[in-house]
Amino acid sequence: MSIIKNCMKLEFLSKSENESFARVAVSSFVSQVDPTIEELVEIKTALSEAVTNSIIHAYNNEEGIVCIECSIENNIIEIIIKDKGKGIEDIHKAMEPLYTSKPEEERSGMGFTVMETFVDEMKVESELGKGTKVTLKKVIAKTIEQ
Amino acid sequence: MKISFETVNNILICKLDGEIDHHTAKKLKDEVDKTIDTFFIRNLIFDFKKVTFMDSSGIGAIIGRYNKIKDMGGVLGVINCNKYVEKIFSVSGLFSIIKKFNSLDEAVREFNQ
Repeated sequence: MSIIKNCMKLEFLSKSENESFARVAVSSFVSQVDPTIEELVEIKTALSEAVTNSIIHAYNNEEGIVCIECSIENNIIEIIIKDKGKGIEDIHKAMEPLYTSKPEEERSGMGFTVMETFVDEMKVESELGKGTKVTLKKVIAKTIEQ
Repeated sequence: MKISFETVNNILICKLDGEIDHHTAKKLKDEVDKTIDTFFIRNLIFDFKKVTFMDSSGIGAIIGRYNKIKDMGGVLGVINCNKYVEKIFSVSGLFSIIKKFNSLDEAVREFNQ
């Protein structure tokens, strides 16, 4: 059985127009491991949440750079979304369902909850004034050929 | 994302077409609110048949419209949710406050009761 090992890195301005672009780019990259439609939708949605967090919260809708690193090893996908924005003061609070620091912008406060639900592992690292790194891991189920 | 509107029995049907994310949520908010205010209609149904993607920004936009309609004494429902839209609605707990209908006819019947 051949081993699939690949990686890519993507950087873009923290503009909301780039949210769709990020989803398409990552979807295209992970398609090499033949995810199901459901797995692909879950990856796209989790990624979209993390990118949106960087744009809205890290950079406060101002200009910055969002970086995505994606790696594949066999059927495990790892996606890292990084920014050099303001950082998260209280990660546990930020991850509480329905909590948002921007209720006036009609934010649902469900971003991290959606990410956790749609991937197998999620890790959030952040430092105030320096930035945030979100690591998402998803195992793509494979059909075992007999 | 495109939005088209029609009215049935004093209910505003909003047909969403495309992706609902942070970038397009503002358009959803602005166009739906403007239409509600223009036609003084307080009952609203979102049709998700042509929605190809939705994340929690979409949930926020729907909740915002729910709050507006509720303040007006109206009702909000959704139809034609595909399984991915259903999943994010479920994760968000939105079905506890917004009713899902199997068809437009069913929604209209219930709204008119």
